[in-house]
Amino acid sequence: MARILLDNVAHAYGPTPRGLPDYALKPLNHAWENGGAYALLGPSGCGKTTLLNIISGLITPKQGRILFDGKDVTQLPTAQRNIAQVFQFPVIYDTMTVAQNLAFPLRNRHFPAAEVSKRVSEVAQMLELTAILGKKARGLTADVKQKVSLGRGLVRPDVSAILFDEPLTVIDPHLKWQLRSQLKALHRQFDLTMIYVTHDQTEALTFADTVVVMYEGEVVQIGTPADLLERPAHTFVGYFIGSPGMNVLPADLRGNHAVIGGGYEIELDRPYREIPPGTKLEIGVRPEYVRLSSGEEGIPVAVQRVDDIGRIKVARVRLDGVHLNVVAPEDARIEGDVSRILFQSGHVHLYADGHLVGGAAS
Amino acid sequence: MDKTWNNKAWFMVLPVLVLVAFNAIIPLMTVVNYSVQETFGDNVFFFEGVKWFQQVVNSERFHAALLRQLTFTFTILAIEVPLGVAIALTMPRRGPWVSVCLVLMALPLLIPWNVVGAIWNIFALPDIGLLGRVLNGIGLDYNYTRQPEDAWFTLILMDVWHWTSLVVLLAYAGLSSIPDAFYQAAKIDGASRWAVFRYIQLPKMKRVLTIAVLLRFMDSFMIYTEPSVLTGGGPGNSTTLLSIDLVKVALGQFDLGPAAAMSIIYFLIVLLLSWIFYTLMMRNEERS
Amino acid sequence: MRRLSWLAPVLYMLFLMVPIYWLLTMSFKTTNEILGAFTLWPRNFTLDQYREILTNPVWYRGYINSIIYVSINTILSVAVALPAAYAFSRYRFLGDKHLFFWLLTNRMAPPAVFALPFFQLYSAIGLFDTHIAVALAHCLFNIPLAVWILEGFMSGVPKEVDETAYIDGYSFPRFFVKIFMPLIASGIGVAAFFCFMFSWVELLLAKTLTSVAAKPIAAIMTRTASASGYELGLLAAAGALTIVPGAIVIYFVRNYIAKGFALGRV
Repeated sequence: MARILLDNVAHAYGPTPRGLPDYALKPLNHAWENGGAYALLGPSGCGKTTLLNIISGLITPKQGRILFDGKDVTQLPTAQRNIAQVFQFPVIYDTMTVAQNLAFPLRNRHFPAAEVSKRVSEVAQMLELTAILGKKARGLTADVKQKVSLGRGLVRPDVSAILFDEPLTVIDPHLKWQLRSQLKALHRQFDLTMIYVTHDQTEALTFADTVVVMYEGEVVQIGTPADLLERPAHTFVGYFIGSPGMNVLPADLRGNHAVIGGGYEIELDRPYREIPPGTKLEIGVRPEYVRLSSGEEGIPVAVQRVDDIGRIKVARVRLDGVHLNVVAPEDARIEGDVSRILFQSGHVHLYADGHLVGGAAS
Repeated sequence: MDKTWNNKAWFMVLPVLVLVAFNAIIPLMTVVNYSVQETFGDNVFFFEGVKWFQQVVNSERFHAALLRQLTFTFTILAIEVPLGVAIALTMPRRGPWVSVCLVLMALPLLIPWNVVGAIWNIFALPDIGLLGRVLNGIGLDYNYTRQPEDAWFTLILMDVWHWTSLVVLLAYAGLSSIPDAFYQAAKIDGASRWAVFRYIQLPKMKRVLTIAVLLRFMDSFMIYTEPSVLTGGGPGNSTTLLSIDLVKVALGQFDLGPAAAMSIIYFLIVLLLSWIFYTLMMRNEERS
Repeated sequence: MRRLSWLAPVLYMLFLMVPIYWLLTMSFKTTNEILGAFTLWPRNFTLDQYREILTNPVWYRGYINSIIYVSINTILSVAVALPAAYAFSRYRFLGDKHLFFWLLTNRMAPPAVFALPFFQLYSAIGLFDTHIAVALAHCLFNIPLAVWILEGFMSGVPKEVDETAYIDGYSFPRFFVKIFMPLIASGIGVAAFFCFMFSWVELLLAKTLTSVAAKPIAAIMTRTASASGYELGLLAAAGALTIVPGAIVIYFVRNYIAKGFALGRV
């Protein structure tokens, strides 16, 4: 168990970073609470692996401190940090058996033999590896190897956090969900902090209680999956999460109305303060909160295409040169190529330079 | 590796097969042809069956050369392979020194073999060579042209100098292909330096080391030019390795028969020993 | 102990450099001086030998010829070895194990054995004294080498990488070039360098298959054992110059050989 605190941590890979753009990880303050299940979500290159490696100690950050339960571990090497890490592809010791793999971290720390075998069999049972304890690690399939990898982390009694770096990348698709649910179950069973790095939102949203979304080296939002869907704090979050992602339109502000291309006014849920000129203003609204209008009300749009994806239909429409997605119920009839849409106020958010105006998730 | 059965893979192998077989089969047939025939000139050949093979296999001279060859080969293997691996482990991985190391280490490999022999021939001479002067200067009675032990020492030193870098380069390339994550996991697991070598580096280098061992074995078994230029097989015939002996036989005889037979026997010995090496080193691989 | 680990490569390189230094000094000495006395530094420093080589067309043609056929051979060997090694690494097919071992057996016979048959073969197909002849002849031992080295490195890449790429929609050529080859970069670098090296130093076949038009440098160097005696100084200078192309090659592939160390991540 550990509360991991990141105090003004930042990192750049080059020797002399000059400005903010040189930093792979921009200054960050965050606390990973005890026993939490976190997902670190973002596209390739956003800095999430850098952050993970800073926590595990494989990278020493250019600035800032890391504290485990109040203790400064910034200069401590990895082996002394009580963390375990599962990598993108299975990292196991080919020449050893499964049992020897699991025992390895304990033997290196000079645990007595009796305790080693006890813990090994416990972990093996938990991960359903008991039957293959005597097998050489080399011939196993990828998903079993990842479990062995994970087991090496669980076997240590002092492990306080387990870090996962896109661990399901090389797993067969039909085994992915199985492994995911096992991970979730393990989290509930142990009281471990688990940090799960991924670029796949489904993995993130199903595994984690709290999702940390990163973009270009910066943390753009931290919240529950619901928060991310309902109140994206950044246009990137809106776009990245949800299938399809949030619709974003350029707009101007007039009191409590937003004016979009074509002069149409959309009512916002409250009046906003004056925005300084030169700021890029946009409104964002999820396709679930855009409704096709049956009658004469609403904003006219040109319907480009309607995709039927099972329980819902997604209509792709064009409004003044901007493409929008509209989610319609399965039985909706969308006729012709001109229709009207309505925005549900209360779910229309205002963004200035990409950031949500009016604060983060409530 | 779990391989899938796919006979269409033959197409991927075909170019290789054609180019190599073209060069191999036809000359091979010629050699076999000579080895079972006798001639008295005028391109008239008589089939003699296994007479030449028997002659070679029973010859004292052949046994002696073979023994010398085996001694030489196993000695240099025992030196070059561990040394090469040790150097590769300590070579820099990143930074400007990588280029320096790689280029300098490759230099001995690039020198034509007759020049290698020539360099060491002079270099080790007791009167005008640096090595010879130094060794005699520190009190050793060293003269490779007279004393067989000195000739052997020089020969082995020359080979180590010439070829260890091959092992180094192969081992280094093998090491570089180990993903960082393994070293990271080893850190997390608290593994010692020795454990990292034994459980990560050595197993992952195994295939590459097999190639290095096989290459050095085969090439040292067939070595001709360098020892020929260095000692000519002498003093006496103390350093007459198999190839040198073969050439002496071929040049000295009127018949190509014994030489051809000897070549084939030679080839079969190398084949057998290589196959044994290969099987031993690969025995832990999965039998798919 | 870790601190001193840099000592090992340094000592080794010093050991390698001493005879090379010796070669260089020999190349700047006259043959008389080499054989006459022991000198650490040339007493009569002479560039005559280098001048001879760099100005006499017979000599520098030799270098050019060698470079031509070695380059052809290296590119050819690595190019055909890549798909073959992939096949050996990923697939099982009829006779695969035997074929793989058979390839290596072509390096097991002393080249002297092949000299006469090769001469007859290549003359018969009209390729005598061409660069292509030597390049093809060297395929005999270089292609097996390249296949074995590449296969060794390819086997280190798990099959899951291939499968993930196909699921992601890569076609085989695109996967091979964009994903696979970077993963075995060090293997390609080493294979290419070794093919170059073994072809470059091969003397017997190159001499046998050429006479004038494609005569390689190694053959020309044997001329130094001429009627007037063994011209060591000239041989040393020629030898020193033969190092240069190979040094350039390994300099260019150094990043491939050390590539894995720069990547950290699959």
